[in-house]
Amino acid sequence: MTLSFTTMGYATAALYMASLACYLRKLFAEGKWAGRAATMLLAAGLTTHYLALLERAFSIHSVPYQDLYGSTSLLAWFLVLTYLALELIHGERAMGAFILPLVLLLLGLDFVVAPQAAPQAPARGSIFALHVTSNILAYSAFTLSFVYSVVYLVQDRLLRGRRPVAMMWRLPPLEDLEQMTRSGVWVGLAGLVVGISFGMIVDRRLTGALLQPDPKVVISFLILGFYVVYLSLSRSPAWRGARASVVCVVSYCAVIFSYTVVNLFLSRFHRFY
Amino acid sequence: MSVYLLGLNHRTAGVAVRERLHFSVDDGLRAAEALRREGLVEEVVVLSTCNRSEVYSVAERAAAEVEGGVERHFCSFHSIEPAQLNGCLYRRRDRDAVEHLYRVAAGLDSMLLGEAEILGQVRETYLAAQRAGLTGPILNRLFQAGLEVGKRVRAETRLGAQAMSVASAAMKLAEQIFGALKHNSAAVLGAGAMGGKAAQQLKARGIGGLWVASRTAEHGREMAARVGAQWAPWEKSAELLAQVDIVVTSVAGSEWTLTREALAAAMHARGNRRMFLIDLGVPRNIDPAAAELYNVFLYGVDDLEEIVQQNRQAREGEVPHAEAIVREHVEKFAAWQSGANAVNALAELRQKLRLQREYFTDARSEELARFSAEERERILRMMDDLVEELLREPSERLMKDREVRERAVLLRDLFGLNAPDSSRRGGRGGA
Repeated sequence: MTLSFTTMGYATAALYMASLACYLRKLFAEGKWAGRAATMLLAAGLTTHYLALLERAFSIHSVPYQDLYGSTSLLAWFLVLTYLALELIHGERAMGAFILPLVLLLLGLDFVVAPQAAPQAPARGSIFALHVTSNILAYSAFTLSFVYSVVYLVQDRLLRGRRPVAMMWRLPPLEDLEQMTRSGVWVGLAGLVVGISFGMIVDRRLTGALLQPDPKVVISFLILGFYVVYLSLSRSPAWRGARASVVCVVSYCAVIFSYTVVNLFLSRFHRFY
Repeated sequence: MSVYLLGLNHRTAGVAVRERLHFSVDDGLRAAEALRREGLVEEVVVLSTCNRSEVYSVAERAAAEVEGGVERHFCSFHSIEPAQLNGCLYRRRDRDAVEHLYRVAAGLDSMLLGEAEILGQVRETYLAAQRAGLTGPILNRLFQAGLEVGKRVRAETRLGAQAMSVASAAMKLAEQIFGALKHNSAAVLGAGAMGGKAAQQLKARGIGGLWVASRTAEHGREMAARVGAQWAPWEKSAELLAQVDIVVTSVAGSEWTLTREALAAAMHARGNRRMFLIDLGVPRNIDPAAAELYNVFLYGVDDLEEIVQQNRQAREGEVPHAEAIVREHVEKFAAWQSGANAVNALAELRQKLRLQREYFTDARSEELARFSAEERERILRMMDDLVEELLREPSERLMKDREVRERAVLLRDLFGLNAPDSSRRGGRGGA
């Protein structure tokens, strides 16, 4: 059973779409009610999404990360969770209109190409589940930072171009975008460090070694390194601003590489059984 | 009852005339009370802002009498001859007067399209008049609906959004770079009018720190004191650049006040933190090459003018939407007023018919004397029932049909309802 074909799955998609409509309304026509409604609908969608994931987890007796489709849904859920947290912290709602299409795209993958039945997961324990979910949380936070960085670069270009277009007034201020990017990266790094730590525990239990230098481990440390460099550069005189945002965008390429190429084609080297 | 408007505004009168005919809130109340004391109008509100002086009134008398009387009062209050206002005054009645007030409240009639202040002025004026007992059911309804129109236009359209002046456009840009300005600081170089406006805008938006530096120390000090900023000696400008996030220049002179090199040094000193330069000088004060510096955002007067122009076009694009809201409320008011008028006319007709019945029976008291008291009572009750029966169908049709409501005012003419002693004509030999 996939997420897409459950009542909760449909409810989630509907709530996210309604929330996106409100975020777009907020972006293009302003109005306080639209922003509040968008956030409330998103929170409702997050709840039904959680219930859908729970339903799926019960059916496969594991956190639903066993296949790409399950993990995309989990990634989408974490993306919404992290976004909502950052929205509340920074009080900035304009980015919802940019994040939700991505969330719907991830859900769409589950709807369109998901297999009818998810593979039965071998029991690997709760530490392993935490290892995977922490990493997915990290990916979602890095995804948010990527979107914020891209919007930062667009806004920076518009402002420096001195030919303002209507969109410029609708995007968040550069300062806020930079802070939100950093917040996202901090969440991502925390998730990644926790994920790697749990992975090391599992690895030690199974093999006696702390780390097996397989492609997934290597790319995870590379991602960690990239984002630490980003955080350092984002406060340095020569790099703060647009240049640091480019570093953030480039770092995300490593995340994409890890999530797609490494997961799909090199995962046989990264198995805990 | 009709709604009347007499007034002048920025389209019909120059600033000198508008200043002369301006009413303070208290003056407006006094003028309104004088008008009502004379019995010319039943309800009256005097609305006066820097762009307009208008008298809204409700009266039952003939239009020419009301309009002439209000104009006479309007002129005598300001000791001005009506002939001196030739062409300045406009008159509107009923639907047109209602539409005019709604357009005013919406900011459609303002010199600065969509300005926000006018709605507050309309509210203040109305509440003062209401407290003074100068309004009644019609002006209460009219002004309350006008305030609703103003709110709706601001909530549902972008007519009242965004910046309009060069200085406020610059502030909007600053907010797009830094967000809320309370954690930032700014320096204004030059104590000219443009610099002063920018300093006021910065202060109004809660800038964290504000310095003013001018080549003439006295002017700089004076402006700093006026806007609540700190004064800095001109020689310290270079040091200020390293500290502040926003720099506004408005200095007379043909040489660059801020060169690329000076700004590069300032950026180095401030660790390349973002800096927003607003060059309001003509000719320009800041070397345009400074725009190439990393994390420097440089805007000149022309750039800001373009934003103002875009903004104006965007606002103008919202006018049809705002006009539609105004029209919708004009229709609502017209429907309410015709309904109220019709109900009033019908009530007066009922009262008149009952009075006529009383005169009729009084005049025939001898003929009725041959009946017993009980029979007389029954006859009178039957006559009252007949009056009610005659009015039942018209009442129902009035409630159902809007066109009938609009024509119901004809009842007044047909039955002479406005004439104070008209009801007596129904008696024997009364015709």
